[in-house]
Amino acid sequence: MFDLFQYSFAVRGLEAGIVIGLIAPLIGIFLVLRRYSLIADTLAHVSLAGIAIGFLLNINPILTAIGSTVLSSVLIERLRISKKVYGESALAIFLSGSLALAVVLIGLAHGFNTGLLNYLFGSIVTVKPMDLYIISVLGAVIVTAVLLFYKELVFITFDEESAQVSGIPTRLINTCLIILTALTVSLSIPIVGVLLISALMVIPVVTALQFRQSFVRTMIIAETVSLFSVVMGILSSFYLDLSTGGTIVLVALFVFVAALIFRRR
Amino acid sequence: MPVDHTKNIIEVHGVSFGYSDDLVLEKVDLNIHKGDYLGLIGPNGGGKTTLIKIMLGLLTPLEGTVKLFGEDIKGLRDWSKIGYVPQKVINFDVNFPATVFEVVAMGRYGKKGLFHSLTRDDNELIIECLKQVEMYEYKDRIIGDLSGGQQQRVFIARALAGQPEVIFLDEPMAGVDTQAQDQFYQLLKKLNRELDLTLVFISHDIEAVINEVTEIAFVNRRLSYDNNPKAFVKKDLEKLYGDKKFIRHNHKHV
Repeated sequence: MFDLFQYSFAVRGLEAGIVIGLIAPLIGIFLVLRRYSLIADTLAHVSLAGIAIGFLLNINPILTAIGSTVLSSVLIERLRISKKVYGESALAIFLSGSLALAVVLIGLAHGFNTGLLNYLFGSIVTVKPMDLYIISVLGAVIVTAVLLFYKELVFITFDEESAQVSGIPTRLINTCLIILTALTVSLSIPIVGVLLISALMVIPVVTALQFRQSFVRTMIIAETVSLFSVVMGILSSFYLDLSTGGTIVLVALFVFVAALIFRRR
Repeated sequence: MPVDHTKNIIEVHGVSFGYSDDLVLEKVDLNIHKGDYLGLIGPNGGGKTTLIKIMLGLLTPLEGTVKLFGEDIKGLRDWSKIGYVPQKVINFDVNFPATVFEVVAMGRYGKKGLFHSLTRDDNELIIECLKQVEMYEYKDRIIGDLSGGQQQRVFIARALAGQPEVIFLDEPMAGVDTQAQDQFYQLLKKLNRELDLTLVFISHDIEAVINEVTEIAFVNRRLSYDNNPKAFVKKDLEKLYGDKKFIRHNHKHV
């Protein structure tokens, strides 16, 4: 059997995957508990438009994806607060709108089909050395931000009104969370892909919630499930020549079902 | 040192809320003094919760002013003197992964401010608050696994953890069984008398409220106030409600 560690692209993919496995549930736990999971999916579609722009202009697609998702996340939050449209409708507008933009842009520049497919479903071969650098640096930024705002994020997630009364700047923290979500989604795309990223943010968290533990422990369980899924997924996708994003999500789903059965006893 | 019951800590002046042709509250005036135990009663949709949310800065009134501790609410930066126990038992996520300790710890978060984590002193205070409400033994339990009455006591402990001077409680008895309610009233009385906490308490259970509180305000778009709850109910309430059935309906059979 050939060795994964002989291939620098595979090692890069594994390293990037571990960073993503770490940050996805870290942000995902707040989204799931606030019934906000759909935002991850929406921003993933927005990032596809960003990637298409990157291809067109010959810029690193991760960077254009980050730009488009961060901008859209702030706009979605504004639209939601303004109450001119329902929060859910705001998501639907951005989801389908950016997909429309992406399709038009892809049509404009034919000939990047294989590359694009990797961004849709994720692949370890997508991760370039520069990408790994971006993923690591911004991943560290995300972890630091969650640690710094941990108590505010927890309080707002549990009870936003009481948090506001106790003087917590809820608006600032909400904006912060949505920007961190945008960053997490954009960084995860090369590995898990546009269509599967929300699964990695949601499934490990929902799995951990089955155990009815404290917030800190729930986070640790979610991290464990996520990292296990990413590493197992990447290894099996490498050795069995399967889709990386698909295998990661299937492993996570398998763990989730196992947890459900285990908890039912 | 005895509490100065004449000192105004909350002053609501001429507050209206709603649309100009359909007001929820109209020209409401209310002074709450230090050490008061104020019961806020009135029919559903009469504006009780709206009034509390205005006093907490969660809603902005159409007209009128609100002062907390002598300062206009719009400019108020220091919210740590205010504690809040929301209508939580009916509308919080029982699957939320948080222990009793973690929930009470949230009461310290606003006071600590951004980028400051809890210290050993904070943890000791949290434990103190849990003991105060007799929930210390439950500190490692998941909040959703407790009974309604126990959850409500945890939310009181959370408010206490912020070391407030006044605590607002919005229908805290909803979803709490009768026996736990009695215990809960005992706790509130203790907080008011022994810790000199000012309490503002929304309830629709008039019968229970008049036996507990020291001041009463009746809200139904307009507000009537009395510092003798029992006399107030006798002489004014049936007139204010305009429906005697409502009062009998709430009568507690002992």
